[in-house]
Amino acid sequence: MAEEVSRRPYQREVPRVRWFLRHPRYVRYMFREVTCLFIGAYTLVLVAGLGALSQGPAAYQGFLESLASPASILFHVLALGFAAYHSVTWFNLTPKALPLQVGEGFVPDGVIAGAHYAGWGLLSLALLALAGAF
Amino acid sequence: MSERRVELEVLRYNPETDREPRFQRYSIRCPEEWVVLDALNHVKETADPTLSYRWSCHMAVCGSCGMMIDGEPKLACKSFLRDYPGVIRIEPLAHFPIERDLVTVIDDFMAKLARVKPYLIPKQERALGEGEYRQTPAELKKFKQYTLCINCMLCYAACPEYGLIPKFIGPAAISLAHRYNQDSRDGGRREREEEIAAAEGVWECSFAGACSEVCPEHVDPASALQQVKIASTVDWYKEHLMPWLKK
Amino acid sequence: METIQADVAIIGAGGAGLRAAIALAASGAELKIALVSKVYPMRSHTCAAEGGAAGVIKADDSLDHHFNDTVGGGDWLCDQDAVDYLVQEAPRELLQLEHWGCPWSREPDGSVAVRPFGGMKKQRTWFAADKSGFHILHTLFQTSLRYPTIERFDEYYATDLIVDDGRCWGFTAIEMRSGRMRRFEAPAVIIAGGGAGRMFPFTTNGAIKTGDGMALAYRAGVPLKDMEFVQYHPTGLPSTGTLLTEACRGEGGVLLNRHGRRFLQDYGMGPETPLGKPVLKTMELGPRDRVSQAFWHEQKKGNAVSTQWGDAMLLDMRHLGEKKIDERLPLVRDMSISYMGVDPVKDPVPVRPVVHYMMGGIHTDIRAATPLAGLYAAGECACVSINGANRLGSNSLTELLVFGRRAALSAVEYLFAGRAARNETALEALAEAAQERIRALFQRTGGTESVAGLRKEMMQTMEQHAGIYRSGEGLAEACTRLAGLRRRYAGIELHDKTNVYNTDLIQVLELGSMLDCAEAVAASAAARRESRGAHQRLDFAERDDANFLRHSLAYYGAADAPRIGYLDVVITRSQPGVRDYSGNHE
Repeated sequence: MAEEVSRRPYQREVPRVRWFLRHPRYVRYMFREVTCLFIGAYTLVLVAGLGALSQGPAAYQGFLESLASPASILFHVLALGFAAYHSVTWFNLTPKALPLQVGEGFVPDGVIAGAHYAGWGLLSLALLALAGAF
Repeated sequence: MSERRVELEVLRYNPETDREPRFQRYSIRCPEEWVVLDALNHVKETADPTLSYRWSCHMAVCGSCGMMIDGEPKLACKSFLRDYPGVIRIEPLAHFPIERDLVTVIDDFMAKLARVKPYLIPKQERALGEGEYRQTPAELKKFKQYTLCINCMLCYAACPEYGLIPKFIGPAAISLAHRYNQDSRDGGRREREEEIAAAEGVWECSFAGACSEVCPEHVDPASALQQVKIASTVDWYKEHLMPWLKK
Repeated sequence: METIQADVAIIGAGGAGLRAAIALAASGAELKIALVSKVYPMRSHTCAAEGGAAGVIKADDSLDHHFNDTVGGGDWLCDQDAVDYLVQEAPRELLQLEHWGCPWSREPDGSVAVRPFGGMKKQRTWFAADKSGFHILHTLFQTSLRYPTIERFDEYYATDLIVDDGRCWGFTAIEMRSGRMRRFEAPAVIIAGGGAGRMFPFTTNGAIKTGDGMALAYRAGVPLKDMEFVQYHPTGLPSTGTLLTEACRGEGGVLLNRHGRRFLQDYGMGPETPLGKPVLKTMELGPRDRVSQAFWHEQKKGNAVSTQWGDAMLLDMRHLGEKKIDERLPLVRDMSISYMGVDPVKDPVPVRPVVHYMMGGIHTDIRAATPLAGLYAAGECACVSINGANRLGSNSLTELLVFGRRAALSAVEYLFAGRAARNETALEALAEAAQERIRALFQRTGGTESVAGLRKEMMQTMEQHAGIYRSGEGLAEACTRLAGLRRRYAGIELHDKTNVYNTDLIQVLELGSMLDCAEAVAASAAARRESRGAHQRLDFAERDDANFLRHSLAYYGAADAPRIGYLDVVITRSQPGVRDYSGNHE
């Protein structure tokens, strides 16, 4: 029988930077979170465009030309991909945050997520129409 | 009854003899349909009585036997050997200090559970003589799934936030608060909000969703936490932008 | 030795222990309460109870009906004044749980729902899907968190009661995480440590059900009452022994032998009722002892279904439909699929009788008081007796609440009746002696026995000779073997001689508790030369009210066999009659 304390609980370290490499589900999560960097970068591009617009037609033309560069196109393709991934994962999770109870049942997840996709689609069409795409 | 040779790689730790944890290999013959818990019991009975771990009900309702099995938080009584063809790596539940072998120190969890006021704070007091609070099946359904938590802490082991920020109150505790918030008989949401809507409360959650993925009872704690976020946000706006609504 | 002082100390934090703690905290008497358990409260085996808790609430039901069902179900070995108390307090206790937030299943109009259960004439079993015990336990545990006067000592294993001058003064307990011994000093102690089903190999009971609470009182001189009455639950899974609730049959499930015949009708429980329309108190809703015994006979006749885990019968729930099963029996479906690979929606599930509950336990009176001053007991570890020779399903969860509270009230009364003088020197010496006993265990060398080996032999002995049907010869053999096991137990050496969370030590101590309880079971069974309720003898097949309408009392004998005494049953208004579970009863 011990009279002095023998306990020594052992704390396992969680690596502060590489923790997410421990499991595929963490990698997927970080991938989702990292999309914000691309979305953030894209907003900066938009702000730069607004800035160029405010400086007159010549500046704005210069801006549009830079958008056509290969590097810019690559960036936009990637950003679109990440933004879409972000939106898809986000929409698919909305039923968790917004359960709609009807009697003893709940509105199916597909309906709630579907409503978000539908809204996204409609807004996109509206914007494209405003921009003169049709 | 068909048998199979099973190799277990178990993380051992005895503070009196070990400076740090180390793996120990056991090799045993087991019936095919056994679960990991049965294999551990067999090891303890026939090979190594010093192996320590918690277990009781063997039917996934007491929550005792949570551990990391091949790096995944699982209940040992519901992890079937047939799903693990190779060497099975068994470690104590992640994100908790190790007391001894597969036994963790769960003081932090127990304290957090108590902090969220996980008991009914009735909207309206009712004497026993008046009978039961009426609650329709639909009202029961609203919070039912959040009553199913067996306090196994697999969600805490999976939650990356809890792993990095130990003061996070965590999925199970917040889900339990939500369970009472959603109960039609309860009127205690304000009282719980102080703990839940705090910085180390629900706002530490970044919706990784790992908790719901590992929950053996399909409580879906992630959904509870997001709903709590929305409810506290709405509350905040009401309180600050529409103070005349104060009850 | 560090001493923890309290007004009342409770050993066991399951349904009864938690209910007692809450009652003490809410009593207004400003008591210091120590709630001591070898596991965290949520792990207590109350969590595994599935079916529900009985309490009269329907208009067509009455306390008298509940009383008669219980007394008849117990084959008239119940103390009728205690049963009156139980049925009277039951509805209020269940309602109190509802007020504390228990998620009872409901009728469409929002009132609490009840379901049919075995041996009950009317529907009176309150339920929370098929996890009633789980919800009751968690409601009680969560409610207990609002009382700061309840101080919890989780994972402390109580080793010895401290008894001096004819009173109980507390107990010693090992703090499992450090291995240190602590003395709990409390003038009133409530034991709520549960049953001892783990002395049998096939049981619904979890690992922790090792009769430690019973053994504590037993070794301190308190008799164990009616230990021979061990309940077999008819529908356990053959693979793990875990429970498929009686509610499966309450909702309309039926039992078939290998010929597809609902064989219960051949054992006095017929005529066969229509499929899916169970009639209360007959066929599959007969009492557990009769149903388990019927299986035993079918097995002897060769009508049992053969599975890789032994003989079984079939529980057919297909006709209930997926919707009803998912709503009312979700845990049952999950367990059948996980552990048997059978989906009850599509196929009948093999089941067999497994040990489930001990009607016997620490002798207490109607106030939950043991003969030892200052010591109370409630729940499965106690025997009041309200269950008699056979317990009706859903009476046990109710018993936890009613007698958990009753034990608390009695403890408060005892405290306020004035305290006796404490002999501090004597108490310290007794605590030191308890510590010495454990130290000796650590110091013992040259051991030849293993915990697992002795435990297995004990289980085999009980299964073979103290099972559903017993005989004088078999029971004598059991007594001899158990005495031998107890002697060999003294030769156990610990493999693990360290201090931090030493489960080898705990298992050795638990084995000691089980051996003591097992001896009480076998000796009481050997002495009872009749068949009554769950105690069935091949050599004395009839009930013998003239000689045995009495409780057995087993007194601890240390090195000797238990001494058996008897105590009359309290009969008030129900005279022993015939237990009629045929469709012909009124």
